Amino acid sequence: MKTASKKTHHRELTPEQLEAFGEEMDALRQRVLADLGEKDADYIRGIVRRQQQLEVLGRALFYLPPAWPLAVAALSASKILENMEIGHNVMHGQYDWMGDPHLNSRIYDWDNVCPGEQWKYSHNYIHHTFTNILGKDRDIGYGILRMDEDQKWHPYYLGNPLYAFLLMVFFEWGVAMHDLEVENIVKGTRRLAENKALHAGIMRKVRRQALKDYVLFPALTGPLFPLTFAGNAAANLVRNVWAFNIIFCGHFPAGAETFTEAECADGPDGRESRGHWYYRQVLGSANISGGPLFHIMSGNLSHQIEHHLFPDLPAKRYPEIAGEVREICERYGIAYTTGPLRTQLFSVAKKICRLALPDRAARTSPEPDAVRPLAA
Amino acid sequence: MTVLSTIARSRTVAALTSPHGVDHYLSRVNPMWAAHEVRGRVVSVHRETETPGAPVATLTVQPTATWRGHRAGQYVQVGLDLPGSARRMTRCFSISSAASGAGEAFTLTIRSHAEGQVSRFLVDAEPGQLLHLSQAQGSFTLPVSPATPGIDPLLFITGGSGITPAMSMVRTLLRDGYDGRAGRPVTFLHYARSAEDQIFAGELERIASDDNDVTVHLRYGDAVFNELELRRLVPRYRDTDTWACGPAGMIELVRAAYADNPRLRLELFKPPAVRTDSAEGALTFATSDQQVANSGAPILEQAEEAGLSPVFGCRMGICFSCTARKTEGTVRNVLSGAESSLPDEDIQICVSAPVGDCVVDL
Repeated sequence: MKTASKKTHHRELTPEQLEAFGEEMDALRQRVLADLGEKDADYIRGIVRRQQQLEVLGRALFYLPPAWPLAVAALSASKILENMEIGHNVMHGQYDWMGDPHLNSRIYDWDNVCPGEQWKYSHNYIHHTFTNILGKDRDIGYGILRMDEDQKWHPYYLGNPLYAFLLMVFFEWGVAMHDLEVENIVKGTRRLAENKALHAGIMRKVRRQALKDYVLFPALTGPLFPLTFAGNAAANLVRNVWAFNIIFCGHFPAGAETFTEAECADGPDGRESRGHWYYRQVLGSANISGGPLFHIMSGNLSHQIEHHLFPDLPAKRYPEIAGEVREICERYGIAYTTGPLRTQLFSVAKKICRLALPDRAARTSPEPDAVRPLAA
Repeated sequence: MTVLSTIARSRTVAALTSPHGVDHYLSRVNPMWAAHEVRGRVVSVHRETETPGAPVATLTVQPTATWRGHRAGQYVQVGLDLPGSARRMTRCFSISSAASGAGEAFTLTIRSHAEGQVSRFLVDAEPGQLLHLSQAQGSFTLPVSPATPGIDPLLFITGGSGITPAMSMVRTLLRDGYDGRAGRPVTFLHYARSAEDQIFAGELERIASDDNDVTVHLRYGDAVFNELELRRLVPRYRDTDTWACGPAGMIELVRAAYADNPRLRLELFKPPAVRTDSAEGALTFATSDQQVANSGAPILEQAEEAGLSPVFGCRMGICFSCTARKTEGTVRNVLSGAESSLPDEDIQICVSAPVGDCVVDL
């Protein structure tokens, strides 16, 4: 496949450099793996406990109508923690080594309308293996948005900002629908029949989630049913908006790059070398800087680069190794993109709007809004 | 109680307690409360033998009300959180007590092994120790009971700790009123290292002396199973329903004596994994009943070469799509070099290569 990319990557490394880079990353991974133990187990169990306290608090405060905003805040925080620091990370297999069925990727299914089984396929396998490869990674624009110059413009994309807004509001539904690959059905590369198997799973999960948040818990508050109903919807909305923003800052701010399939066939056997895979994960991801609480509430996806390098290491380890990862990247001249939330959000919003329009002809200058690696 | 457990198991409660599940919250209140999971508490520990390096103890376990009972001869998976370790260890142990009903206590008779972290801990366990259990499993069971008398005699051939499932069967028969009048003689042939190492010695003696149509033959030391002796003790052994359980060497001899006789039922003790440095041994795909010579490549590749098509994703150890259960043997993680010999362990087959003999559920 030959694509005339409109961008150039920061720097091409020689195969030897890529190999050495991969070895350093492997060694780092090895060191963390060897150190996994009680503190990791205590950490995730502590987070689960905290999340459950917040959930109980939120659900209970709905019995006190004046405390409604507090109830929504507690429940929102609980849902964010559950989806991001617990669900996402547990379902990545980060805690499988503990042998505890409750925290096992094969068993855990998060508080989200997207069935865990389907998410694990599209996220753990497709997105994490083919990160930012155009035509392979369906997380580039989620099949709805134009998030890269190399996606051909079409008048449909004039709605880019609107679609992004709707995706943000209905994010968990977007994640659930993601696996149906509607865009590929429109294109004719996927048959409707292939979705049949997924429908039952999605409907079962949607029913369970709706039963819980929109029937049972509101009903348990008796006459306060409408308030609780609205409160649960609000908490789901807050979680949607937060998750969308964190995730869009992970791969789409200026500085995060995309790849063609041809670029990812550098190995002698025509497959991608391990070094290049690591290289692509760094260049395709962007971090968000912030304090410890911010990192926890983002499920440590604020360390998107570390997460993409080592998706199966417990997320709390990412901040610990970030300095070293960055140092290694800098030594090889590999751009390590990071910035505070507001900067990254602004950069993403700008990209969404800019790509709604057709490309300006013969743009020669580099992207003006490129975020240069910031000092830590 | 039943109303409560019906409620606890309902879809309504499942939805309300998702994603962690009702058992997670119940165990927060009381570890012995459960709606689906099975847990148990060690009630008492009784030393059977003091064999140096390999003592044997019988643990009485009180399971949660979710325990559905067991048939004589079955085993249970025991998950243990060892102090100071974040990794829960899970091992299988045969149940040594007579068939149990729902929620009823049972016993495990365990021999401590030098390398067996779980068995070593359990033999010295304190009463009150919490165990994470499975339901009873296994088809090495006794289908007969005094309620279904017949004319067929029964034969048990056991070696070492392989006596436990057979003991459960004999105890069940005797408890349920099996006696000489049933017209089915029972023969119990057991091989132990020494008289001092004999598990259940006192009880076996009692069973042998009682008028119950059960004959007990104990063999010690260098005595190994041989067909001639069996023929002398049970002339029509090939027409006798037989349960054999013990170490691999003994099982091989019994198997040879019976050829492919369907009356023989076997339970093999998993031998300790043999660690070798080179790619050797056999890789067995249990579900598809295939065996290949281990080439040293990751199991996924070897399975594909054998014509199987296991589910896979990234093929580089990050996505966990290919996770499968290894039931026996040692594997080496080709990325980290770490080796693991745990039985019944979930492994990523795309990055796990067998070290010596290995059995995978594929």
